[in-house]
Amino acid sequence: MSISPTWYLSLSVVLFAIGAFGVLVRRNVLIMFMCVELMLNAANLAFVTFARTLHDIGGQVLVFFVLVVAAAEVVVGLGIVVAIFRRRASANADDLHMMKG
Amino acid sequence: MTAWIDLVVTGAHPTIPDVGVFAVAAAIILAGAVGVVVARNPVHSALMLVMTLFGVAVMFVLQQANFLAAVQVIVYAGAIVVLFLFVIMFLGVDREENIAVEPLRGQRPLAVALVVLGATGLLLLGEVSKWTTGQPHVAGTDTGAPNVNLLGKSLYTTYLFPFEATSALLIIAVVGAVVLARRPPATGDAATDEATSGSTAADRPGETGATTEAVAEVGPAVAPADGGATGTTPSGAEVDA
Repeated sequence: MSISPTWYLSLSVVLFAIGAFGVLVRRNVLIMFMCVELMLNAANLAFVTFARTLHDIGGQVLVFFVLVVAAAEVVVGLGIVVAIFRRRASANADDLHMMKG
Repeated sequence: MTAWIDLVVTGAHPTIPDVGVFAVAAAIILAGAVGVVVARNPVHSALMLVMTLFGVAVMFVLQQANFLAAVQVIVYAGAIVVLFLFVIMFLGVDREENIAVEPLRGQRPLAVALVVLGATGLLLLGEVSKWTTGQPHVAGTDTGAPNVNLLGKSLYTTYLFPFEATSALLIIAVVGAVVLARRPPATGDAATDEATSGSTAADRPGETGATTEAVAEVGPAVAPADGGATGTTPSGAEVDA
């Protein structure tokens, strides 16, 4: 038998925590996006672990959908970054206050 | 260990190679994740992200999710990170960023506290509570062996409607990216100016005057063709990804 699921799930929690910390702390919009990808990967790891442990292929199917949604999210998100950069010439999240009241 | 230990299939101990591969892959994943967060250069962050994604792919292989491991490498490392690198270099933001300064006072200690609290809460919840409820095996039984055919069958029977919905989602994303990344059509003087002066210099007041004169000298016949050529490049690359 291979590694206990506990280890995989603990690793997943730590990876998610690092990604969340990055989103909270970093200012560069692109790096914030990458940290979101880290969190999605942590969720994927947990899904695959539960799929193996519970003998249910649904977990792996869900990872497949997460991959698709992540790809779509990155494409649209980076399109928005490019559009903002054309206006502001900055990828800093603190500079994006033009909708402030 | 009470709740998660219930999930263990058999009580047998893991083999030495399994433990070794898991330890190395976990170290790669965590080092890459920390690297993404602390790297000053966005390009370095993207490369660290590739490292983490490969580590997660190794974890997928360890758990007999071979197809997902391949898709992880192809889609994430092959398409998403390349798209990140493309945008970083297209925008020219690949300079070092000073992360020593803290723009918001007390933000980092607060973030550390929040994240540690959340992670501890998750781990504690895993210890003390049952997470798995409801009906098992709705999508098919994962026998633990590498099983692409079972995954495909489940995808095309149980999850057929979500699968089709993702195709619509991808189309919408592609159209949205093209619309967002496209330059506004060149109609008047201002639009022509923006199209020829490049993306970053468009709104800087000091440089627009100089480029307006340059456009006036070049003439109107050259300007739309130039703007069209530079406008299609990012859109095409994003459709690829």
